[in-house]
Amino acid sequence: MDKRKRSFLKVAGSSIIGVLGLGWVRPVTAAQVPGATRKPVEALTGKRLALAVDVKKCSLEKGCSACIDACHSRHNVPTQLQAEEEIKWIWKETYEHAFPTQAHRYTESTLKQQAVLVLCNHCENPPCVRVCPTQATWKREGDGLIMMDQHRCIGCRYCMVACPYGSRSFNWQDPRRSLGDQLNREYPTRMKGVVEKCNFCAERLVFGEEPLCVAACRSKSQALLFGDLEDPDSEISKTLKERHSIRRKPALGTEPQVYYLV
Amino acid sequence: MLEKALKGSPNYWGGLGILGVVMLIGLGAYLKQYDEGLTVTGLSRDIPWGFYIAQFTFLVGVAASAVMVVLPYYLHDYKAFGRVTVIGEFLAIAAVSMCMLFIFVDMGQPLRVLNLMLYPSPNSLMFWDFVVMTGYLLLNVVITQVTFGAERKGVAPPNWIRPVIILSIPWAISIHTVTAFLYSGLEARAFWMTAILAPRFLASAFASGPALLIILCTLVGSQTNCQIGGKAIQKLRQIVTYALAVNIFFVLVELFTGIYSHIPEHMEHFQYLFFGLEGRNALVPWMWTSQVLGVGALVLLLLPVSGRNQRVLLGVCVAVITSIWIEKGLGMVVTGFIPSPLGGLMEYFPTVPEILISLGIYATGLAILTVLLKIATTIREELETA
Repeated sequence: MDKRKRSFLKVAGSSIIGVLGLGWVRPVTAAQVPGATRKPVEALTGKRLALAVDVKKCSLEKGCSACIDACHSRHNVPTQLQAEEEIKWIWKETYEHAFPTQAHRYTESTLKQQAVLVLCNHCENPPCVRVCPTQATWKREGDGLIMMDQHRCIGCRYCMVACPYGSRSFNWQDPRRSLGDQLNREYPTRMKGVVEKCNFCAERLVFGEEPLCVAACRSKSQALLFGDLEDPDSEISKTLKERHSIRRKPALGTEPQVYYLV
Repeated sequence: MLEKALKGSPNYWGGLGILGVVMLIGLGAYLKQYDEGLTVTGLSRDIPWGFYIAQFTFLVGVAASAVMVVLPYYLHDYKAFGRVTVIGEFLAIAAVSMCMLFIFVDMGQPLRVLNLMLYPSPNSLMFWDFVVMTGYLLLNVVITQVTFGAERKGVAPPNWIRPVIILSIPWAISIHTVTAFLYSGLEARAFWMTAILAPRFLASAFASGPALLIILCTLVGSQTNCQIGGKAIQKLRQIVTYALAVNIFFVLVELFTGIYSHIPEHMEHFQYLFFGLEGRNALVPWMWTSQVLGVGALVLLLLPVSGRNQRVLLGVCVAVITSIWIEKGLGMVVTGFIPSPLGGLMEYFPTVPEILISLGIYATGLAILTVLLKIATTIREELETA
């Protein structure tokens, strides 16, 4: 008997015993629901959550991709797709492409090709939210995160058309097929025909944990800062006051909340 | 009235049969797309909208153009359009049906399409497009039912229908305006971000729609005993001439602003469209064909020969439709994505399934139009012989 069949029978058998034997003895409590077993802790909140990328400290250039790997593997983002159908929550761009209006012909060629980390900007004025015909994407009250409901999304891709940063990806095919064994059972997979993007790890923030990219970078280059910009004492607020920072396509008025320290 | 569609000549059934086969092939291709996802299309990360949305855009124009016969007939009591009007309205019904099918096949999750109504979002132009398209379809169904029903009985249509008809005039303008706003309000896409887009859409629609009507009227005249009359055709020719001239003017206005200002974000798209960008030039031959056909048609329309010679006029009409179909159905949508906001230079080519699905939808629209025109012409023939 192959492994999959055996594990299926195990799960099926124990579920039947569970339902017959234990189900009526005592009601299922929240603690038994997978994922809800963690102790309640104080959530990581803020009035305007934002991310700062220290381009000088970041080691993307040296081949580091700890943040990208952490995000994509934990969020069940398939990584084997062709370039045209790629799904990217957080990825590497060249400076020239990330900041098309900043580069000029005399920009040092090293800077032009410098790797820059890009992701959803969680804009203050998000065009994607404005155009969504079903409110499947919205700006969260309280902390300003741009959220996504993949169960409501009809897959019209208007948000992708409206996003000036290419931060949204569409599931051109069933993503589960290319996930294989790397599946993380603690985070939902998506189905074909819906849009997805970075969610600033909303699922971790409720447990008081910082986003995966930030956590992954902490033990590497410490180039990512995440926090509340409305709190003047937060590390990110203080740093933005002290150092020069830029944002992608500021002239469009979308007010991106990912800042680049240069 | 529907029973009139059930009795017809071998030509009629043969035509419907061919359309039925094309529809079935399209359906087969769609089932493949439904099963595998939009990966069967040529669309990509950088180019999320393509052939389907472009056909939708072109057909909204065809639908809206009914106003070019409705307005003179009902508002100015222009009697010569008496027989053309219902053809225009039927064309609108067929075109709107195709528009809705094109939107439907473009959805990644088609079964959820009613979320548009469950979660109405007034800040989304797509929501408004859905509202105005549905409304326009209903308006035309009601108007044709009532007015044609009255004509059949030989009575005047009820008074309440007049305000409904008047309402359909601005409504027709609105469907193409809202469709233009779908594009022109996006800060991410400089190519579409121009106030001339909606007027341009309308001008091109009022050229291509009436050109199609001229062809349809000629066809109806040759296949049935319902003659439309030269006066109506000549008036339609005049409408096509003015609208085409205005459209060419609008294109030049847009080109001037886009190119003279020299803002790379605007200029690059035009460069891609007409000359190609870094070796990417799939649309270049198409766009020049479109320009040549457009200008050539305008010249012929201005010459008396297109008024005298029916064949020339029909050729000109085909040229106008082709020119505008290339402009909207091929060039306009995709070019907004090339180059991408990150400077990516990916091109787009529709795939075989994509084209088969599109042909299936066009066949569906043609079948709807054929059945509707069959009913109308049979009843008119009966009225005339009675």
